[in-house]
Amino acid sequence: MSISHAPPGPSEPDISDISKSGAAQPAPPDLVPIVPLSTRRTRVPRWLRRTSGPLLLLALWQLLSSTGVLSPDILASPGTIARVGGNLIADGSLPNAMGVSLQRVAVGLLLGTLVGTGLALVSGLFQIGEDLVDASVQMLRTVPFVGLIPLFIIWFGIGEAPKIAIITLGVSFPLYLNVYAGIRGVDSQLIEAGESLGLSRWGLVRHVVLPGALPGAMTGLRYSLGIAWLALVFAEQINADAGIGFLMVQARDFLRTDVIVVCLIVYAFLGLLADFIVRSLERLLLQWRPTFTGR
Amino acid sequence: MATDVHGPVTLQKGATAQQTTATGRPHPTTRASAVRVQGLTRSFDGRAVIDDLQLDVRPGEFVALLGRSGCGKSTLLRILAGLDRDIEGTVLVPRRKAVAFQAPRLMPWKKVWRNVLLGLPGKPERAAAEQALTEVGLTHRANAWPKTLSGGEAQRASLARALVREPDLLLLDEPFGALDALTRIKAQRLVGELWRRRGCAVLLVTHDVEEAVLLADRVLVMDGGVIAYETQVDLDRPRDIADPRFAELRAGLLERLGVDTVA
Repeated sequence: MSISHAPPGPSEPDISDISKSGAAQPAPPDLVPIVPLSTRRTRVPRWLRRTSGPLLLLALWQLLSSTGVLSPDILASPGTIARVGGNLIADGSLPNAMGVSLQRVAVGLLLGTLVGTGLALVSGLFQIGEDLVDASVQMLRTVPFVGLIPLFIIWFGIGEAPKIAIITLGVSFPLYLNVYAGIRGVDSQLIEAGESLGLSRWGLVRHVVLPGALPGAMTGLRYSLGIAWLALVFAEQINADAGIGFLMVQARDFLRTDVIVVCLIVYAFLGLLADFIVRSLERLLLQWRPTFTGR
Repeated sequence: MATDVHGPVTLQKGATAQQTTATGRPHPTTRASAVRVQGLTRSFDGRAVIDDLQLDVRPGEFVALLGRSGCGKSTLLRILAGLDRDIEGTVLVPRRKAVAFQAPRLMPWKKVWRNVLLGLPGKPERAAAEQALTEVGLTHRANAWPKTLSGGEAQRASLARALVREPDLLLLDEPFGALDALTRIKAQRLVGELWRRRGCAVLLVTHDVEEAVLLADRVLVMDGGVIAYETQVDLDRPRDIADPRFAELRAGLLERLGVDTVA
């Protein structure tokens, strides 16, 4: 509606005034371009962006070491550590230790996954299972598993068994909690749809409940992997004669901070590897998920 | 239509008395019914939402069920689908029945064609799914994830999933409720067409009076836990909304539902 169309008359002097002052032609608004996503997005590949953070941290560390802010007694410089790492790889002690440690984690993770997922299925799918299992698990999970190491040594001796038992225990709980929550979080409307389609009880579990619990299971697996490395460090520092933890204990006795740091870095890289594995699994298994993936 | 094989919905209490004989209520359509409900009662916390309800649907008949929200029409549909068994009374439905819900309820972790075949006995071929998807015009999306479907496409996939079961009774629970106006018109036409081709009995629960008059042979109005009113729709198909008889039926039903129409 434009005011200029108002009939000019002596009884309405205000309106004719406004039309004269040029209000009929409003000033055009400032236009701002909406930038298309493709031009706004940086051309840096994803993997490079993901590694740039750790690399910056490394550069900072080297800077502090070479300027003398960090003395070599407290923390060796990245250069030194790279050299020491090279030596450890060359004489075979690091690959050996890694092999032993990886095997422990793999076995512990496998057993823990079986136990955690198994218990979660029992208490997630059946009410009676929930009544029998859930309270016990909720109670046990608050017990710090590291505190059980002395007991485990008494029970299982000082061989591989107590180390694997600790990892298994640590891995089971996060998997249990997340798989259980995933099962109980499945949309009841989908269950009902499955029922109306004539799925049997097992069919419902297989086609509706388990796929629906998969996102939760993946979160659980992520936590579990983190805890598996943690448990490994604890387990290997007691009564071990091989593995990365053993290497660290030895280095501590000889005050070799550089070797300790090499071992820590190895742990960090193994953690990164674990994360990569879970990410790949998620991309493969959860591609159906209509969720926000970040910009 | 082969609807003589009736699978009674399992009853929890008071079933035997009504089931053995038709308690002195001889019904002419007893022999040939796609749905037979007698003395059905369903209570929630002591309040009867469905109270001694009778209902018969002939094989191949398209019945629309109207009612104010909360009148129990969706509950009735769920009972017929066998999803709600906490009931008293006799409910007989065909063994082969299928439901399409208001939300498409596709399993997000299964591709469209796997969704269509879900729950079918044996090892059905993908071709069966594709045939059903062709009927609803969705062949090209057979291999898509449900998250990539539009609302109308998802609803059609859900319809294909119901049709692939070759049901004698198709239960539709406000299937067009969440669709936009244009998509809804297309979906209504599609359902009308599929019904004519398949010849199965359809029970359509809706709150849209126009939709009911457009599609159904018979329109029921549910109120107070029973079928309070019913009317035959004897208009020729395809029906014209502009037809004065259409408007008359529509106005009558709206009045029954407690909505005054502006004359």
